[in-house]
Amino acid sequence: MAEDKLKPQELLDLNHKPPAKNWMDTLPVFRRGTFNYAAVEKNAAYLGLPYPRKWQPMDEDWQLPENWKEIILNGFKERLDKYRSLRIFMDICVRCGACADKCHYFLGSGDPKNMPVLRAELLRSVYRNDFTTAGKIMGRFAGARELTVDVLKEWFYYFFQCTECRRCSIFCPYGIDTAEITMMARELLNLVGLNIDWIVTPAANCFRTGNHLGIQPHGFQDSVDFAVDDLADITGIKIDAPVNRKGAEILFVVPSADYFADPHYYGFLGYMALFHEIGLDYTFSSYASEGGNFGLFHSTETMKRLNAKIYAEAKRLGVKWILGGECGHMWRVLHQYMDTMNGPADFLEEPVSPITGTKFDNTKSTKMVHICEFTADLIKNGKLNLDKSRNDQWRVTFHDSCNPARAMGLIEEPRYVIRNTCNNFFEMPENTIREQTFCCGSGAGLGTDENFEMRMRGGLPRANAVKYVHEKHDVNLLTCICAIDKATLTPLMEFWVPEVSVGAVHELVGNALIMKGEKPDRTDLRGQAFVGRKPQKKEKVEEVKNV
Amino acid sequence: MRGLYSLFLLLFLICLAFIGAYVLEFHLLMGVIIPYFAFAVFTVGIIYRVIKWARSPVPFRIPTTCGQQKSLSWIKTDNLESPYNIFGVIGRMLLEILVFRSLFRNTKSELKDGKLVYGQNIWLWLSGLAFHWTFLIIVLRHLRFFTEPVIFFVPYIQNLDGLLEIGLPVLYITDVIFLVAIGYLFLRRVAIAQVRYISLESDYFPLFLIFTIGLTGVLMRYFTAFKVNIIDIKTLAMGLVNFNPVVPAGIGWLFYLHLFLVSTLLFYFPMSKLMHMGGVFLSPTRNLVNNSRARRHINPWDYPVKVHTYQEYEDEFRELMREAGMPLEKE
Repeated sequence: MAEDKLKPQELLDLNHKPPAKNWMDTLPVFRRGTFNYAAVEKNAAYLGLPYPRKWQPMDEDWQLPENWKEIILNGFKERLDKYRSLRIFMDICVRCGACADKCHYFLGSGDPKNMPVLRAELLRSVYRNDFTTAGKIMGRFAGARELTVDVLKEWFYYFFQCTECRRCSIFCPYGIDTAEITMMARELLNLVGLNIDWIVTPAANCFRTGNHLGIQPHGFQDSVDFAVDDLADITGIKIDAPVNRKGAEILFVVPSADYFADPHYYGFLGYMALFHEIGLDYTFSSYASEGGNFGLFHSTETMKRLNAKIYAEAKRLGVKWILGGECGHMWRVLHQYMDTMNGPADFLEEPVSPITGTKFDNTKSTKMVHICEFTADLIKNGKLNLDKSRNDQWRVTFHDSCNPARAMGLIEEPRYVIRNTCNNFFEMPENTIREQTFCCGSGAGLGTDENFEMRMRGGLPRANAVKYVHEKHDVNLLTCICAIDKATLTPLMEFWVPEVSVGAVHELVGNALIMKGEKPDRTDLRGQAFVGRKPQKKEKVEEVKNV
Repeated sequence: MRGLYSLFLLLFLICLAFIGAYVLEFHLLMGVIIPYFAFAVFTVGIIYRVIKWARSPVPFRIPTTCGQQKSLSWIKTDNLESPYNIFGVIGRMLLEILVFRSLFRNTKSELKDGKLVYGQNIWLWLSGLAFHWTFLIIVLRHLRFFTEPVIFFVPYIQNLDGLLEIGLPVLYITDVIFLVAIGYLFLRRVAIAQVRYISLESDYFPLFLIFTIGLTGVLMRYFTAFKVNIIDIKTLAMGLVNFNPVVPAGIGWLFYLHLFLVSTLLFYFPMSKLMHMGGVFLSPTRNLVNNSRARRHINPWDYPVKVHTYQEYEDEFRELMREAGMPLEKE
């Protein structure tokens, strides 16, 4: 596997200077380590996707349906009529190049077709050829080119080399959003059965079992029970964590990695400790056991199909409102799509924190609150007994996940929580955080082993910024609020900055939280003894003002 | 080399204008028919394009947020970068359109000894802003040819523009900035390898065209060898405005070249990337309020999809759920 051989130094031999040859005349090379395998036939069929078949991107013949070109062009036309974004973004780019060096994949690979403008031109060139008069008359002079199998292969290679992170779009004078273009291109590819397995299989799992990992209800129950036991070992407190309980006030939805993967799991323990401590009336659901939505990386329709279960389950269980855990793309769907696709949620109530009485006005239609909004409110109102020194083993920095930062504007809430739960917090350089945050390099369904080299390349700008604070401030924990981040920043750090671990914001909360009745020798959520001073019982919550 | 075709095309257009105006003296064609035609294409074309954009709906509320959302009352919200109401959106759009807010963010990244470093890069923003603003001022100044009495603000603009009081006729600062800015925009397109790589002929052509329009204007105004009769030009312009075209004899051929190139620009505008002028107003990532969770956005073409219901789910897993002691709908 490439993973074993690849050395950081090899990837740093980078050249950002494009070749002399016209980009329309170069074809992609499907080099191992830089692309993802094709969707498994049976899972594509389970979801009822078009043209499921056995094929791989390395194959010469992709076994396209005979009228593939007609299908794609009709699909293109349909989407131009359905999305103003697409039509405008196809028309108005002036190729000023402001976006060119803003993409993490371009910065990490030097491949000129990873410049966002050129990624979009891959689609635009076909748009001009088939849908504009100027392109039809003037052809290449107007930047038009015909859709061929090679162009289709190029689309596949580069639109599955975009993580839909939207960083380029904040620099674009017209707000052209490559995420939107990539989403459209992936929908088109899907029309002729071209998709990757890391998207289709999780989506199929999610459709059937309620979560991407394919964990069946009893497995979900086991995971929660396991966490309850772990938490009892750590704190000495046996908590109650209900699943599928009707009549609870709040439905709590997390990305499935939270209860299955490391280091997500420590954040999961953190949520549970927190909810126990404040006495929250909530329930998990095994049917809605996934907040994440790989449908977002596939098509609007698949996104809607997977998302439907959240409101359906809230209705069935009769809860008042919904709380969501730490996840990036999940929150893009919940914030920008859910209400439109599967609303109105008129059977729910406008969310009010049962602990502080705070009304979450910003969620009064969707009725779904982000855990960082919820916890920040608890801390602000002095409802938590926190000992920051319990996180003194960590020197912390925070990675803004793409979607919460650029599709929600959830920027200060997690920072407020972090500042109130640890003593040592250091920001990465300003060009790499908040709305300018760099992607982990593995989002939007690209986090596979076979794509390892490209992921390490794409993660280079993020890793570089972490390395900077590691060297300057001795940072050893990279916190984030995204399940994909937690899964993929871990190998990224191992590769580029091995001294730094990855953790959840609610892991810090769980560590710092002084729980009533906890055992004197309780440890942090990773089972390590606290290195800071001993917890003092009646300590007042220290409030950080500089938000 | 890309750009060369555009240059040839421009030279061809110049020859055409020269033959039409100087050799054949088709002044009615050059001074009236072509400008009218171009203006008609410009107007109808822009309306057509904007309607076409507007007819595609905005199914989802997808603003790109560049600042703090409105959530908890004690967290400072950035209404301009992440607008939570219509005033925020108007402010955001004004900043975008008047001062190119997003372009101002521009950075330049470099890989030095295995480290990525980012520096400020204001040149694209500055030249873009200079080019667009001076272009606007120059167009407004031209209203002195198209209004009688001259519309009130034109003299103010002229005075301000000629503040340096150099030369006779007075040098307009905007003329200099305009040509320098557009020259820079061309140079960076050629000199920066990445920008050169992405550039199409349709990126060079408008630059060449607009530069030549500016240049012919400057020649007519400042250089005696190319002097044209301003009074006659005004007569022609007013005739066009009043739909009562007159073609005074003896307007120099350079003027007809200038007018022909302007007509070309008008004609070319609706079918080119220059439509970004209109498109920027309609960009859904910028002109929407970031309040998706507070107010429901409607998708006009929403349709029902096949979902996996809880009942189907429980039917498949009922035994396993029962064994795990989980609550069931149907026992």
